[in-house]
Amino acid sequence: MTHAAQTVASPAPAPLLEMRGIHKSFPGVQALRGVDLTARSGEVLALLGENGAGKSTLMKVLGGAHRADAGEIRIEGLPRALNSPMDSRNARIAVIYQEFNLVPALSAAENVFLGREISRAGFVDQAEERRATSELFQRLGIALDPAMPCRELSTAQQQLVEIAKALAFDARILVMDEPTAALTAHETERLFQIIADLKKAGMGIIYISHRLDEIFRIADSVTIMRDGGHVADRPIGAITKQQMIELIVGRELQSEFPPRDARVGDPRLEAIGLRRGKSVRDVSFAVHRGEILALTGLVGSGRTETVRLLFGADPRDGGEIRLDGRALDIRSPRDAIAAGIGLLTEDRKLQGLVLGRSSLENFSLPNLVGFSKRGFLRLSREREEFGRYAKTLQVKVSGPDQRVGHLSGGNQQKVVLAKWLARQCDVLIFDEPTRGVDVGAKYEIYLLMNQLAAEGKAILMVSSELPEVLGMADRVLVMRGGRIAGEIRDARRATQEQVMKLAFD
Amino acid sequence: MKSTWSRFLSDYGMVLALLALCSFFSVVTYSEQSLSGEAAASQMSASLLQPAGASPRVLIVTRDQPEDLLFARRLEKELSGGKAVVVASVQGEPKDARAALEKIAGLGGRLDVIACTSASGSWQVFSGIGSSFPALGSPRVVTPRRYKWPIFLKTENLLNIANQIAVIAIVAIGMTFVIITGGIDLSVGSLIALSAVIACWVIRDATSGVAATSLGMIGACVAAIVACAAVGGFSGTMITRFGIPPFIVTLAMMLVGSGSAYLLAKGQSIYQVPDSFVWLGRGADLFGLPNAVVLMLLLYAAAHTLMSRTRLGRYLYAVGGNREAARLSGVPVERVLLFAYVVSAALAGLGGVIMASQLKSGSATYGNMYELYVIAAVVVGGASLSGGEGKILGTLIGAFTIAVIQNGMNLTNVESYTQKVVLGVVILAAVLLDRVRHR
Repeated sequence: MTHAAQTVASPAPAPLLEMRGIHKSFPGVQALRGVDLTARSGEVLALLGENGAGKSTLMKVLGGAHRADAGEIRIEGLPRALNSPMDSRNARIAVIYQEFNLVPALSAAENVFLGREISRAGFVDQAEERRATSELFQRLGIALDPAMPCRELSTAQQQLVEIAKALAFDARILVMDEPTAALTAHETERLFQIIADLKKAGMGIIYISHRLDEIFRIADSVTIMRDGGHVADRPIGAITKQQMIELIVGRELQSEFPPRDARVGDPRLEAIGLRRGKSVRDVSFAVHRGEILALTGLVGSGRTETVRLLFGADPRDGGEIRLDGRALDIRSPRDAIAAGIGLLTEDRKLQGLVLGRSSLENFSLPNLVGFSKRGFLRLSREREEFGRYAKTLQVKVSGPDQRVGHLSGGNQQKVVLAKWLARQCDVLIFDEPTRGVDVGAKYEIYLLMNQLAAEGKAILMVSSELPEVLGMADRVLVMRGGRIAGEIRDARRATQEQVMKLAFD
Repeated sequence: MKSTWSRFLSDYGMVLALLALCSFFSVVTYSEQSLSGEAAASQMSASLLQPAGASPRVLIVTRDQPEDLLFARRLEKELSGGKAVVVASVQGEPKDARAALEKIAGLGGRLDVIACTSASGSWQVFSGIGSSFPALGSPRVVTPRRYKWPIFLKTENLLNIANQIAVIAIVAIGMTFVIITGGIDLSVGSLIALSAVIACWVIRDATSGVAATSLGMIGACVAAIVACAAVGGFSGTMITRFGIPPFIVTLAMMLVGSGSAYLLAKGQSIYQVPDSFVWLGRGADLFGLPNAVVLMLLLYAAAHTLMSRTRLGRYLYAVGGNREAARLSGVPVERVLLFAYVVSAALAGLGGVIMASQLKSGSATYGNMYELYVIAAVVVGGASLSGGEGKILGTLIGAFTIAVIQNGMNLTNVESYTQKVVLGVVILAAVLLDRVRHR
């Protein structure tokens, strides 16, 4: 039979997506230097690499947000030019970026059909859009009102809307950039279930994450990038976590967490009966000299809200704050900083950095009083200090004047760190210190936290990552519903289950 | 490390556009013209006293105008210093020249040279002078040397540009602060009018009007500026305390300010001010630079220092770039914003005082649409309306770009309606250029 003969003669079916020799440079940076990537239908490909390795840039090329300088993209064996987001959508590629592309004021349904509205007689058919959206939600197994404005949805729900958006145009390739970064353990589980279903339906998924444990659970293969180049492709069964980390950082790494020798002294920062609305209800605790205290719990349990009260970022309804035994009157971040408290916010882009200004200016912002004389800046002194901290923290920056928005996530976090270290705070509050930070930089940040504690500072760390909480903290407080639900005194010997029990009750 | 030069260009790329405009207008206005004033007198006396020891008998004839008067006095002085004899010096019209010639001829005097300016040199009365006044001998009519030079590049014209733009440029300093913080101030045009009216009103009604002393005038100007600053303080408070968008607050203040100016002036122009009131707007004490221009340059130097070398400058950028990050870094956000709006309003007040001085009166019609020219100057100078970006010297360049375009079109006799169209297009082009360069 001719038909059978043809089938036999044809080569193995071309992979769903092939990217070959992709190059991309920005002013002053070679972001991608000849990267290859292959994704297959019905598989999850994990894309790994440090911050600044070029993963996000590569995915932006795939999404049509950036245009590659050189290289070839083939979909099912056929070359495609992806010069705009529209081209990518026509090629049935959906990219869910870390920052979602949703219009807050529009409803879930309107967002799902944004740019491809269902219309009847020239008017948008809202009823039909909502019906179709709720069908998609059902397919994803979620209960969500399609008429709800997106700004009222939680992060996890917004992510589901993004996935529904991809399904709505029948995407075959789905890219997810750090999808679990802002999710609770429970929400993460549900996402994994959805990913498994999408896989079964024949979708090719490219999954970017720094959480290696996740990768082992859901990925079928990994592609590792370093410094804008392609390092390795491995099936998931042919690689260990240790090997993965070594390939990512390009050197051997002993342990995820540095050894810690804690010498805990007197209480430094004390919170007594802190209250604010429904998010913080009567929270009391103390952080001691030389201690790393972790504050954990589910997202929305009041962790971040509590530290914002300590820092004066939000007004409190009641409660007292003491430092080294004396009561502080903290009404604004200015007061807190003056008292010797520093806060590394959980969202560095929105709250931690002025992205349009230089690294130097960001570094100096809380330190300008020290860098000036009668209101005039001592510019050379300022540069010296910046150079000193940039060297100590190994910030990869082309110079003090480089825009901080052009740095990778890990380096941005280091600039935030540098600015508070230079302030010589007695108490440092780290809210999700390693979120979106790569493995190598994580270890450096942990080392630094240990060192700061050893210098007698008190460190309060808010974190959702349980391995980090248990690996770094001396003591753990678990929050639930705006209250402290429990305390774990010896964090090193505690298990994740213990913490989760307290968090869920 | 980038070279200083290339960094300068990336910060102030508009300089190139400004230079290109200047060259264009220089070429277009290149034409023959003659020396005038004292320079012409020096050149002419030198040539008349050649060869050394020459002792010509000279009649000086000019029009009756300040610049010509300078020419005539200087020439008379220099010629008398040599061996020449100045028979007479006449300022006026052709008939005055004829009368003088008749008088000299009547007295039997002889003339070797009639020294004229380029204007008086072309009077009919001098043509065929040998036949109409044989008694005089055959005097030569001498006019200042002619040369080719762009009208645009003449010192008077350049100073004129600077003086014309001084008010807008000064107000634009405050606007730059406000725009860098991510805001906008629409009230500056109205505050110019309000300030001009208050200054003149205080001089007329609270001091002795036309006979006011310097101290009285200074007091009136300070009062006007302080009143404007208070309006700015009010706007700033509304914006920081109550979170009303700057656009709305300053739009309201624009109406309030303009209306108040009309009410205060009762819809008329207040002109009962002393002659010396024009010192600030029309005087030129330092190397011939107009006082308003000197003030403008001083203010720019101070503002540049503030933005690049002080804490407050950094805070302005930080607040505009990311208000929340700035607040969480301990920046006194509200005070910084208040500062920007107070300074913007106070400088609008200063602009109003300068304008009143230039025009020697105060009227509620001053400053109409100035807010838009001021914003244009800031934006052409490279500041971003979304905040966090912009340079003070960029604004100065932006203001001059607008001034040069207006001046150049005036010199080349472009109609005023056409000028508006061109200016609009140029503003758009400048910002477009900036965007493309920063891609």
